[in-house]
Amino acid sequence: MSGIATQESVYQTEALIAEDIDAYLDQHQHKTMLRFITCGSVDDGKSTLIGRLLYDSRMIFEDQLAALEADSKRVGTQGQEIDFALLVDGLAAEREQGITIDVAYRFFSTEKRKFIVADTPGHEQYTRNMVTGASTADLAVILIDARKGVLTQTRRHSYLAHLIGIKNLVLAINKMDLISYDQARYEAILADYTAFATSIGITAFTPMPISGFKGDNISFPSENMAWYSGPTLMEHLETVEVGVDEDQARPFRMAVQWVNRPNLDFRGFSGQIATGTVKPGDPIRVLPGGKTSTVSRITTLAGDLDEAVAGQSITLSLADEIDCSRGNVISAADAPPETADQFESTLVWMDDEPLVVGRAYWLKLGTQMVSATIREPKFQVNVNTMEHLAAKTLELNAIGVAELSTDRAIVFEPYTQNRTLGGFVLIDKISNATVAAGLLHFSLRRAQNVHWQATDIGRDAHADLKNQKPRVLWFTGLSGSGKSTIANEVEKTLNLMNRHTFLLDGDNVRHGLNKDLGFTEADRIENIRRVGEVAKLMADAGLIVLTAFISPFRAERDMIRAMLPEGEFIEIFVDTPLDVAEARDVKGLYKKARAGELKNFTGIDSPYEAPNHAEIRVNTVDMTPAEAAEYIVRQIMPLK
Amino acid sequence: MAKTLTHLERLEAEAIHIMREVAAEANRPVMLYSVGKDSAVMLHLARKAFYPSPPPFPLLHVDTTWKFQEMYKLRERAARDAGMELLIYQNPEAIARGINPFDHGALHTDMWKTEGLKQALDKYGFDAAFGGARRDEEKSRAKERIFSFRTATHGWDPKNQRPELWNLYNARKKKGESIRVFPISNWTELDVWQYIQLNDVPIVPLYFAGKRATVERDGMLLMVDDDRFPLKPGEVPVERSIRFRTLGCYPLTGAVESTASTLSEIIQETLLTTTSERQGRAIDKDAGGAGMEKKKQEGYF
Repeated sequence: MSGIATQESVYQTEALIAEDIDAYLDQHQHKTMLRFITCGSVDDGKSTLIGRLLYDSRMIFEDQLAALEADSKRVGTQGQEIDFALLVDGLAAEREQGITIDVAYRFFSTEKRKFIVADTPGHEQYTRNMVTGASTADLAVILIDARKGVLTQTRRHSYLAHLIGIKNLVLAINKMDLISYDQARYEAILADYTAFATSIGITAFTPMPISGFKGDNISFPSENMAWYSGPTLMEHLETVEVGVDEDQARPFRMAVQWVNRPNLDFRGFSGQIATGTVKPGDPIRVLPGGKTSTVSRITTLAGDLDEAVAGQSITLSLADEIDCSRGNVISAADAPPETADQFESTLVWMDDEPLVVGRAYWLKLGTQMVSATIREPKFQVNVNTMEHLAAKTLELNAIGVAELSTDRAIVFEPYTQNRTLGGFVLIDKISNATVAAGLLHFSLRRAQNVHWQATDIGRDAHADLKNQKPRVLWFTGLSGSGKSTIANEVEKTLNLMNRHTFLLDGDNVRHGLNKDLGFTEADRIENIRRVGEVAKLMADAGLIVLTAFISPFRAERDMIRAMLPEGEFIEIFVDTPLDVAEARDVKGLYKKARAGELKNFTGIDSPYEAPNHAEIRVNTVDMTPAEAAEYIVRQIMPLK
Repeated sequence: MAKTLTHLERLEAEAIHIMREVAAEANRPVMLYSVGKDSAVMLHLARKAFYPSPPPFPLLHVDTTWKFQEMYKLRERAARDAGMELLIYQNPEAIARGINPFDHGALHTDMWKTEGLKQALDKYGFDAAFGGARRDEEKSRAKERIFSFRTATHGWDPKNQRPELWNLYNARKKKGESIRVFPISNWTELDVWQYIQLNDVPIVPLYFAGKRATVERDGMLLMVDDDRFPLKPGEVPVERSIRFRTLGCYPLTGAVESTASTLSEIIQETLLTTTSERQGRAIDKDAGGAGMEKKKQEGYF
């Protein structure tokens, strides 16, 4: 019955366009939008289903159809029939291999709605692409091949869609034509899936039997499955409720993207409203910091607005001159979000390089960009069994829960309440790759209860009394390169010049502060982090600090640099070639490492990342330690 | 009471958000401006995004010297109205060698547009360039991210795109690398037209039907826009009522016969038409099904 109605509606749309274009445009202008994804295992027929939706909603032009028919015969996998997947698989590698690699976005509209569909890849190695598609979706269509039933990818994708917070799930049991439209088989798969879905906390989903290839229950009810009385896929997509009203009902929050300052008379704050609504006269609070003011106006090219709502990109001005810049969050004055620097989070790892525990990554959340370190994961989730597995790290496509801390407090809300203030990405500081997607769950109590105690004698006072500018002279280089020897010479010279110094030596620190640490990558990073914190405290006390550590990783040296005020971190590269350092072998360590008695030895079976832009570089092949020290002291003058 | 945003309002908010992220995070952004309708919409969105300030970046037109005369006229006016600096770049090697679409075929696009664009970006040191490409135009574009990362040699690696989550864009890059940004990725041709209509966005008059001198060649209707058009033996320009669905170099852009003279009529014609938009352009037909993907890997926008 509804099949006839749909056929009529297609006809009516075309008639309306032909007869009264303005009436049609008015109708089209007021359509809402639904963004959805299709996911499932490889070969479940995702691309074919999307091709079918485009075809049925008449989004395919004649020239495209002609090309499609020709391509179907040439490289199609459906014999002489049209291979709809060819419409969607756009990259050359995909067409050759007959698989989907990347997310493809397609667009179509019906009388009621406009749709953006992300076709996401099924192969396990492209899980990160599937998460990308899911992050902006209102609904997910999870496809199952009726011949195969619930597979690993079905579980993984259902879990991910649920994790990302997609509330509307459709379970489309596809390729019913290939199992003779067998109801018993359909019910069995449904029971299987229901058991799994319940176990991971999915409380509701809409199941339907379809054939994307033949068109059963896509736009028209299937004549082959009279036993199914639910909606067709298209009907469901057109009518399902998506929670836009919920976002508007929450308190006002907007992350400031850009400060608009064309002249002295105008100062506006631009951003996209995450939740709530805002009007001129509304009391607001700027976070972090907490200063309050009221909204004076909302400015647009087409005149001021009386009100703006969640989802809109706006520019608003405040009644008072208060500090507010990119990275701040403007919120309703009486319901501000929390501020914290330690969290529990779920991470989806997306990079070939696994997570390095303790390493500093960039964390981008809304418009806030901070430095963050991740602790050892509490567990990794086995998406087939939902078991919690012990994990030291997270590798590509792994999902795990871990605590993280940021170098300064950020404004946040739990992801389940606010995607904008709860969803973040991690960016590798060296490669700039987006390495993980993350969801904040809650702040850790220790962050809430530990406050920074302001003291009256600040770091300037300490330094002034010592008549010097504090510095951290960070010596880095291979074992046996001469770091400790040269640092010792430099300290002797500075001492003669009446300067207040302290030398932190790698071996010495491992006798006390760091005696609990070994030489794994994670332990080495923690070793350097602690030394960095100590060096920072000493610099705060006004000292010139010298450190002699191999510190092989660029990321960690940059982390220490970021902890100190600009210009106070002096990286000194003691550049000694491996063969020279090994020939010296003062402590006999190279010999042991070569014999396999010493694991993770830098230069032998663990890498050394040379500095790219060290402030000072000394060559110990041509210079004696005394000459190198003299050169370094000259470089850091004047000392005040 | 909740106000439900329409699809166009959501698309506008998304595009503005993207432009502001680039303005805040890139060192030297630029907006590629081709004078077509998609560029017109992108420019209008930029004015809205930064109002009352002018957009904090210049416009760059990578010129081939073979655009329609009416495009050159609108170009100057649009930049002035927006209060933006207009940079025009013409590949000096293409000028010296007299590269033109009549004699050089694919080389014309390669030298003027692909090479010209790379040279212009390098010359000014732009690290982020806005483009008006839409995902509904072509298959490889359907898979491209909104922030599309390019190597120092402007290459695109479709298998190694950065994951793009929520509305979080990673704009970090090394020196020499750059990002192409597509703020209207999620718009369709109909959205663009409807936005032009609702916002009174100025566009090149060639989109509207008018009597123009044309010749029919290789199944395409070409407009004789200036006296550089070499007529073949037997070819006589014929006046026809035509308009353009897409604008590029005039010798490479096919017109359609039409009487649509208002935006409503244009949209009506677009909706009832049976051929896809870019069919009028010769560029997509090179190199078979993977033509555009290959061009993009080589640095074409």
